Amino acid sequence: MSEPLEGRVSAPLVEMRRMVKRFGSVHAVEDVSIDLRAGEVVGLLGHNGAGKSTLVKMLSGAEPADGGEIRIAGEIAQIRNPRDARRLGVETLYQDLALADNLDTPANLFLGRELRTPFGTLDDHAMERAAAQVIGRLNPSFGDLRAPVRNLSGGQRQSVAIARALHFNARILIMDEPTAALGPEETAMVVEIIRQLAREGLGIFLVSHDLHGVFDLSDRVAVMKNGRLVDVCATSEVTPDDVLAMIITGEPLSSVGG
Amino acid sequence: MAAALVAIWVILHGLSDGVFLTPRNLYNLAVQSSVVAVMATGMVLVIVARHIDLSVGSVLGFVGMAIATLQVEILPVDAAWNWPLSIAVGLALGAAIGAWQGYWVAYRGLPAFVVTLAGLLMFRGGAFLLTDGRTVAPLDPSYQLLGGGLRGSIGAAWSWALGGVVAAGLVARGFAVRARRVRLGFTPRPLSVEIALLALGCGLVALFVGVMNSTLRPGTEIARGIPVPVLIAIAVAVGMSGIAGRTRFGRYVFAMGGNPQAAALAGIDVRRLTLQVFVLMGILVSVAAVLTTARLNAGTNSMGTLAELAVIAAAVIGGTSLSGGAGSIGGAILGAVIMQSLETGMVLLGVSSPVRQVVIGLVLIAAVWLDAVYTRRRAASSWEAA
Repeated sequence: MSEPLEGRVSAPLVEMRRMVKRFGSVHAVEDVSIDLRAGEVVGLLGHNGAGKSTLVKMLSGAEPADGGEIRIAGEIAQIRNPRDARRLGVETLYQDLALADNLDTPANLFLGRELRTPFGTLDDHAMERAAAQVIGRLNPSFGDLRAPVRNLSGGQRQSVAIARALHFNARILIMDEPTAALGPEETAMVVEIIRQLAREGLGIFLVSHDLHGVFDLSDRVAVMKNGRLVDVCATSEVTPDDVLAMIITGEPLSSVGG
Repeated sequence: MAAALVAIWVILHGLSDGVFLTPRNLYNLAVQSSVVAVMATGMVLVIVARHIDLSVGSVLGFVGMAIATLQVEILPVDAAWNWPLSIAVGLALGAAIGAWQGYWVAYRGLPAFVVTLAGLLMFRGGAFLLTDGRTVAPLDPSYQLLGGGLRGSIGAAWSWALGGVVAAGLVARGFAVRARRVRLGFTPRPLSVEIALLALGCGLVALFVGVMNSTLRPGTEIARGIPVPVLIAIAVAVGMSGIAGRTRFGRYVFAMGGNPQAAALAGIDVRRLTLQVFVLMGILVSVAAVLTTARLNAGTNSMGTLAELAVIAAAVIGGTSLSGGAGSIGGAILGAVIMQSLETGMVLLGVSSPVRQVVIGLVLIAAVWLDAVYTRRRAASSWEAA
């Protein structure tokens, strides 16, 4: 097994090439290329407005790209809306969790992909059972599945969103500020889940403006500023201070002199 | 809410010296509630979706006038297909009006309040213009049965038969659901509770049929049975409950009302969904227009005036939250019956029309106030959780 051969056999899970997104005259993302391998966690860092959220939104289908090419497992992917992305195994956990607060856990877990009876009506019993199974894996002390999710804690809500990704066998997970709204214990729980999912072979993008929440979890970090990619580094080869310098100056490590 | 209804009934019964809870009065109450009840089921979904429809009264007038004009002045009067065709056209017209209003709300982003306020004016004007304000009458005798009236009920035998079928259906469904949940590994509720609930349901069905069968056709010994408009309202309520609770469409309306962004990110086409909600509302208004014209045996251009307020009030009293995302069809039906009970009860008591308006207005304030208190408390508790 020589290096080059292995590289050819397993194309990266996600390759984004020369991605462009403009909002009027604002260049939100300009010529950014990045990849993600199976089992890898890549932290995407930058200040607010650096373009990191917009970049992953093109992968999750929330914003159509204005230019560039996305390949998933080597195949060119047309992602025009969230449905396309989900079909390709891309699941997104939004910062505000994108849950309908008035609905219960199974309804949220299956939102947009409900299980149905042969008559075409909703099969709530089957959805409840499937939800109980997948939630039980993540968070055994979850509580009442049939309560509206507004009654749940931040960590429980995060479990619902992650369960959605697990149940539908996502290959690629995008997490936008996954621990921002959580207390210390819940953060520890989510961190453990992220590690577990990466071990199971998912590729994970962690989007954050907070270096400390992400550095230890990531295999590589990508830094963005003003819509451009500053640099991508393996976390084993840089220090958090190096990355912080890149976030602030917008210069690659080599030119800062690190 | 059912408790509130029972309390109102008992109080009105006492105040009216035992007239309120008589079969005859309850029969009339059921018939009079049906028009508002039919529309309230649609208004629930409109409000759950964070919109409002102020035009339903005017649309009722317009569609009703169109149906009456079609029957009397355009289609051949003695053709058997006259009234069915006029109903079909009326339903299509209601759907088209719903699509028109839904288009402006969903695809042009105008507030539903404004679009349907414009509708309130336009369709009231339209109802007048159709015949220059003339009343159109009489309508087909078969069509009149849909509004109730003297012969518009299904008789004792059919009422019991129907009640029996419904009760059997309730029991069969109850046990089928129970068996399914056991098979899926859930712990079912105790069998005694299950049986008690089903017995309660069947008892209410029997009570309802019994009351409807205890009124006689005037001047005869023939029991009237369930009135046709009430039957239609019940069918609409059951159908709408199914749509709201058991279909993707209903689930998505609630999801959109709870968090429009989450619904869109889940791949739901929220604009099309909004349009569909207004189309459904338009169809239900047409059903109400049929019941109204059939009952009046005429089309008049003032039909449905202020009905929007009764319909919205019924939905809100029935627990539909004006902030969206919460509401139930059953609640709206109860709300419609509560509104009509107050109205009918006060008429029995000889309360003057202006005083009735004041009382109903106060009830509405109380209902919305309770909703606001509840919403605030809910917001406060979820804040603590966060």
